[in-house]
Amino acid sequence: MSTRMAMIALRRFGLGARPGDIAKVGNDARGYVLASFDRRSEILLDDPDLEPSYVTFSAAMVAQQQQRLARLISRERVLDAAQTAISTNSRIDNTERRAAAKAQRPLTEMEQKAVVQPPMQKAGRIRVENFVDEATVRFRHQAATDAAFPERLAMFWSNHFCVMARGPVRGIAGAYEREAIRPHVLGRFADMLKAVEQHPAMLIYLDNQVSFGPNSQAGKNQKKGLNENLGREILELHTLGVDGGYSQTDVTNFARIITGWTVANLNTPGVAAGKFFYHAARHEPGAWTVLGKNYPDRGMQTGLDCLEDFARHPATARHIARKLASHFVADDPPSSLVAKLEKTFRDTDGNLAEVTRALVTADEAWVPEAKKLLPPVDLVIALARSLVHKTGASEMLRLSNQLGQPLWQPTSPKGFPDDDDGWTNPSALNERLRIAEQVARMLDKSADPRQLAEAVLGPDMHPETRQAIARAETREQGIELLIMSPDFQRR
Amino acid sequence: MSIDHVSCIENQLLNRRTLLRGGAASLALWSYMPRAAIAGTRDPRLLTVILRGGLDGLSLAAPVGDPDYVRLRQLIALPKPGEAGGGLALDSLFALNPNMPFLHSLYGKREALVVHAVHTPYRERSHFDGQDVLESGLAGPGKIDHGWLNRALANMPAQGKANSKGLSLGPIVPLVMRGKAEVLSWIPKVYNLPLRDSTVARLMDLYSHTDTGLAKALSNGIDMIKVADASAAMAVGVAPLTAPVAAPVATAGTSARGLNPNQFREFTEAAEMAAKFMKPADGPRIGALSYNGWDTHANEGVLQGALGNRLIGLDAAIQTLHDGLGTEAWKDTVVVIVTEFGRTARVNGTAGTDHGSATCALLVGGAVKGGRVLADWPGLADANLYENRDLKPTTDLRAMLKGVLRDHLGIPDGALGTTIFPDSAGVKGVAGLVA
Repeated sequence: MSTRMAMIALRRFGLGARPGDIAKVGNDARGYVLASFDRRSEILLDDPDLEPSYVTFSAAMVAQQQQRLARLISRERVLDAAQTAISTNSRIDNTERRAAAKAQRPLTEMEQKAVVQPPMQKAGRIRVENFVDEATVRFRHQAATDAAFPERLAMFWSNHFCVMARGPVRGIAGAYEREAIRPHVLGRFADMLKAVEQHPAMLIYLDNQVSFGPNSQAGKNQKKGLNENLGREILELHTLGVDGGYSQTDVTNFARIITGWTVANLNTPGVAAGKFFYHAARHEPGAWTVLGKNYPDRGMQTGLDCLEDFARHPATARHIARKLASHFVADDPPSSLVAKLEKTFRDTDGNLAEVTRALVTADEAWVPEAKKLLPPVDLVIALARSLVHKTGASEMLRLSNQLGQPLWQPTSPKGFPDDDDGWTNPSALNERLRIAEQVARMLDKSADPRQLAEAVLGPDMHPETRQAIARAETREQGIELLIMSPDFQRR
Repeated sequence: MSIDHVSCIENQLLNRRTLLRGGAASLALWSYMPRAAIAGTRDPRLLTVILRGGLDGLSLAAPVGDPDYVRLRQLIALPKPGEAGGGLALDSLFALNPNMPFLHSLYGKREALVVHAVHTPYRERSHFDGQDVLESGLAGPGKIDHGWLNRALANMPAQGKANSKGLSLGPIVPLVMRGKAEVLSWIPKVYNLPLRDSTVARLMDLYSHTDTGLAKALSNGIDMIKVADASAAMAVGVAPLTAPVAAPVATAGTSARGLNPNQFREFTEAAEMAAKFMKPADGPRIGALSYNGWDTHANEGVLQGALGNRLIGLDAAIQTLHDGLGTEAWKDTVVVIVTEFGRTARVNGTAGTDHGSATCALLVGGAVKGGRVLADWPGLADANLYENRDLKPTTDLRAMLKGVLRDHLGIPDGALGTTIFPDSAGVKGVAGLVA
C-alpha cells in the first residue's frame, strides 16, 4: 500500500519517479508532498543566466529602433537617387516627392549613431535567445528537482495565467512566469493576480497597453478608445470564471478602470522601458460600478481594488477550486473535493498554501486510479527524469513542440487543454508513440525494461502492463510499451 | 512529424559519415600492409542475422515426415511437397517453406545448411533474456555489454585480414556485435514497420484491458499510422542523397512473384548494404543485423500472413546478399541465421504458437558445406517434447557457432571455449560445416 501512495506522491503530485525515488518517499507520502512546501524558494529559478523582463524588453526595443532607423536611412539613400532623377523624369508621384524632400533634412544625432555604429543585435534574436535561456533553466530544474510539487503548482498557475510567447512577449514569457507567478504559488491568490495583471507580458498579450479611456486626455487627443480584452479575460478566465455571474457592463466598466495600465517605452520619463507604467493621461476618469459595487476613481489604485474584490468573490473560489481539483485528480473531480478546496479558499481569503494543503490532505486526491493524462510537457519531463537522463533542454523543447504543447505558446488565453479530450486525438497519440520509439532507440541498450518498469512505474502497476512489457519482442519494444502504458501516461 | 524526420536523417548522415571516415582512415593504413598474407587461402566473411521474436522453426523447415507433425500443427501444418501449397523437399523428413525458393535453390547447390532441434543453453521463455543468451554467448542470462561475435572478431588471426572493424546494419548495434572491437554502423532509412505494427497491436491489447479512453484514441489512430508509414515507404528510393541504390535483382525477384518490393525493403535494404560493405577487398569481414517480428502468437499465417510474409522477406534478403556479394565474395561467405528460441510444438487456440524452446538455424553461403539438414531429431511424440510443449533441444547452438568460428575464421578451440563462449568447454564445435 505504501508504494502505491509513494507513486501517487511522485506522479500525481510530482513530475515522475526516478529510479530510487520510491524509497525516498518512505511511508508517509502525504508528509513527503507537504514537506516540499518548505522548498518553495527553489522554484524561483534564481539563475545568473536569466535577466529581468524589462532588461530584455528594453534591449529588444533599442535594437528594433536601430533597425528601423537603419531601414529609414537606406530608404533615404534610394530617395536621394530618385530625386536626382526627378529633373529628367517627372513621373514620380507626390508621396515620393514629399518623402524625398523630407530626406533633405540633416540626420538627427540618433540617426547618425545608427549609421556609424556597427549593427546591433536584432530584436528578434534577443527575444529568441532569452526565450531559449528561460526554457533551458526551467527544463533543467524540472528534470532534476526533488521538490517537484511546488514546480507542478508553478506549471499549473502559469497555464492558468498564460501568455503567448510571440512578438515582444516571446523574450519575456519566461521572466513573466518567474516574476509574477512563481513567487506566489504558495502565497495569496490576490497577490499573484495583481502581479500578473500588471506585468508587461500580460498587458501586451491582452492588449491593455493600447487601451485608452475615451474621455481621457490622450484618448480625446488621439481619438482612441477602449480595448476590453484584458478586462474580459480577467473576469472570464482568471477570476470568477465564465459562469461567474458578471455582465457585459461589468466587463466594460472594469476595462475603463484599468485604462492607463501600460508598459513604459524608451521615451517614458522616469520609468525604465519594459516596466509597468501607469499612464494617467490615458486613464478613463469617473466612478464605475463593477459587480454591484461602485468604485470612486482612485487612479491606478482603483483597478487593484477591483482585483482584491474579484479574488475574494465566491465565484472565484469555486472556479479555482474546480480547476485545481481537475488538474490534479480527475477531469470530473469529486464534488466533495471541490467543496473542500472552495471552502478553504474562502475561509483563508485565498491563501494558496492552505488551499493546496487542503488538496494534498484530502482523501479524494489519493484514490488509487490514475485518471489524468500527462500533458506533453509533463510527459517530456517524466521521460527525462525516468528514462533519458541526458536529454538536453533543447531536445525537451523540441519534443514538447512535436507533441503539440510548444512551451508558453497556447493558442488562446484559456491556456493548454487540461483534460483527456485535449490530448487524446488520434494524431496526438501517434506522436506519443513516435516519441516512445525515439526514446527506446536512444536508451542505454542494456537497460532492462522489466527492471525499469518496476523502478519508475512501481510495483503496483497494472499486471497487464507488467506482462506486456515482459513479453515484448525486443528491449526497444519493451521500453516503448512502458512509455505508452497507461501507468506512465496517466497519474 | 517533420522535425522528427529531419533528426532521423541527421542521425543517418552522421552514421554514414562515421562509417566513411572510418573506412577512409583504414584504407590509407591497409595500403602499407601486405596483401593476402596467406596467398590462395580464403578471405572469410561472416554475417550474423538475428531473427528477433522467436522463429517458428517447425514452419520454416517443417518435419512433414514426422508422424506427429500434422496432429500437433493441425490447420497451420505445412502441406507435404507435391500437395497444394506444399513445402519444397529438403530430405525425406523435412520440407522448406515454399515462400523461400531462393534458399531452396542454394540448398540444391549445397550452399545452404539447416540445423534443426537446436537451441541456446537458455531454457526459459522471455524474449529479452533469450536474446541476451543468444547474443552474449553466456551460458545463462546475465548482464554483459559485449557479444560473442565481437569477441570472435577480437580473436581472429591477425594476418591477411581486411578491415579489422565489425559492421552493424540497423538502428542499433545488436548486443552480439557490441564490445571492445570497433564497429562501423549503418542505419537504414526504412522504419521498422513490422515492429511498429506489433507494438500497436500489443498496445491495443493492453489498453483494451486497462484504459478505454486510450484504447479508443489508439484504434482511431491506427489507420493514420498506416497511411503515414505507407507514404514513408513510398518515399524510399526517391530521396537522392540518403536512399541507397536499389537492388535490382532482389526487387525483380519479389515483383516477379507478384509481390510489392517496397514491402520487403526492410529486409533487402540492410542485406544490400551488408553486401556493399563486405564485398570489397578492404571492407569489413564480420557483420551483424537483425530482423524483428517473428513473435507469431496469433494467426501465424505460415504461407500467407505474418510468418509467410517474413519468410518471403528473409528469402529476398538472402538473394540480395548473394547477388550483391558476387561470385568471388560469396564463395568466402557464411551467413548465420539464428533466433532466441522456437515456438510451441502445438498450434494454440488462436492459430498461432507461443514461446517455445528448440528451433532451426540456417547456415547459408558459398563457404557452407550445405545441401543437408543436420539434426539429432527428437521426434514430436508427446513424450519427446520438452516440458510436453516444445521441440526438444538436441543440439547446442554454441556447437554450431563454434564450428563456424573455428573452421571458417580460424579461431582456436581454446578461445572459443573460454573467452568467446564462456563455460562451454564441454560443448564441442561441430566439424564439417564449412567447405
